[in-house]
Amino acid sequence: MAAKIILSMDGMVIKEYPLNKERMTIGRKSHNDIAIDNLAVSGEHAAIVTILHDSFLEDLDSTNGLEVNGVPTKKHFLQSNDVIEIGKYKLKYINDQVTQTTAADFEKTMVMRGPVKQAAPATAQPAKSEAGESTGRFDTPRPASPAPASAPSAKPASAAPSVKPPSSPADANQHVAVVQVLTGPNAGKELELVKNLTTLGKPGLQVAVLTRRPQGFFITHVEGERFPSLNGVSLTSQPHQLNDHDVIELAGVKMEFYYKK
Amino acid sequence: MKITDALEIFSQTDPGVVRSHNEDSVAAEQSCGLVVLADGMGGYNAGEVASGIAVSVVSSEISQALLNASPADVDKSGGEELALLLLRDNICKANSSIFNAAQSQPQYSGMGTTIVSALFYDNRVAVGHVGDSRVYRLRGEILEAITRDHSLLQEQIDGGMISVEDARLSKNKNLVTRAVGIDAEVEPEIHVHEVMVGDIYLLCSDGLNDMVEDEDIGATLVAMQRNLPLAASQLIQMANDNGGRDNVSVILVKINGKFSEPKGWLAKLIGWFQE
Repeated sequence: MAAKIILSMDGMVIKEYPLNKERMTIGRKSHNDIAIDNLAVSGEHAAIVTILHDSFLEDLDSTNGLEVNGVPTKKHFLQSNDVIEIGKYKLKYINDQVTQTTAADFEKTMVMRGPVKQAAPATAQPAKSEAGESTGRFDTPRPASPAPASAPSAKPASAAPSVKPPSSPADANQHVAVVQVLTGPNAGKELELVKNLTTLGKPGLQVAVLTRRPQGFFITHVEGERFPSLNGVSLTSQPHQLNDHDVIELAGVKMEFYYKK
Repeated sequence: MKITDALEIFSQTDPGVVRSHNEDSVAAEQSCGLVVLADGMGGYNAGEVASGIAVSVVSSEISQALLNASPADVDKSGGEELALLLLRDNICKANSSIFNAAQSQPQYSGMGTTIVSALFYDNRVAVGHVGDSRVYRLRGEILEAITRDHSLLQEQIDGGMISVEDARLSKNKNLVTRAVGIDAEVEPEIHVHEVMVGDIYLLCSDGLNDMVEDEDIGATLVAMQRNLPLAASQLIQMANDNGGRDNVSVILVKINGKFSEPKGWLAKLIGWFQE
């Protein structure tokens, strides 16, 4: 199913336009694909260029300009639920293609033959039929914003969002994980584990990394003849999950891992 | 230093958490400093067949050719180094094999593959690629992609249609504009880069870079550069933790020493006695 534009004014829907052409124009004159007969709208006000599943909005040097989600703009990569404002008119962009990324096939790499320009219509065909098929399967309305920031980590992997999950997976423990040095000259120092990967130890001597995974933090030995120990027990070369208040000993320094409440 | 001692190579491939089979193929020929990775596409097992053909043609033909020649030899007719010639010719040869197999057997119709191959010689690396499998280089703490995807998205980025940041939001991922085995002819992209001791080269399929941010790939390589097997499994694990929607393959090559080609007859003679 193609993406669409819903034209409305003062909260009243006027018309829906499927974005079924590579370039659709918006303007006052009647030859536009989306014609808005209002003096505040330029003859040819804006255009939406659609390439397969992505649509781009551009202002065609209109007299009064346009806004997207309240921000004046000349050119914009449209995301589903964006609201384009031209004068008193609102044009909402809906692209629920995101649902089809759950269909495994869609993720598969496909080839476009030849130069993009000529290839676009040809490849659009199979892509569309897939889209139709999968939107059929997943036509339950989805919560409005599939924005990456809101992607809950509790979602099962099969319903993964179409974009990369944020680099900091909000793991089950919302608390900040911390390593506090217990012995040696740096005793008392705290290190917040804000990155997905934190290195501990001295390169060339003994190094371990703490990695953040969806299920929590893990410690892994990287280099050095001696392995780090956890609560007095020497680790193996396998990653080991850390529990609250575990004591790590590495290169002669003891440190405690815990979740800040 | 001989190339076998100068390079440390480790490769790993994983089907991911969603797909039932692995359409990626990898190969490493330590003796001649060659690594090859391919990400196949096509129904049923055609993707595996295509990537398998590509990797075996390129790795076996090039290592065979280098038994009696050096990659730095200059071809008399074209004036080009053998390394570049071998990469180009054999990617084209893989293309014909896959294309012909697809033409003759209906179940393989339309199969194809990406390919990326790196040949290390004389303190340099020649990289040939088709499609969206990449080579990254870690130098110091800086990770940089040294190949450019042959993909719709990359063309849009190059054309200024879409910013690199916005590209992450695109729904047009996975569309390659060039692939091996789809048409009768293919044009591989070949470049040569200087290599420095300490560099780490990462060849990967898009199952890695679609699922894991470059920043995290870089941090992993920096933290685990002294333990390549661990680095490889950490990269794959991150891709799987983030959803693992595609096969993930990585080849890591670490440069532990210089590997210059002896120049002139005297150097060659000395090199010959040293072996």
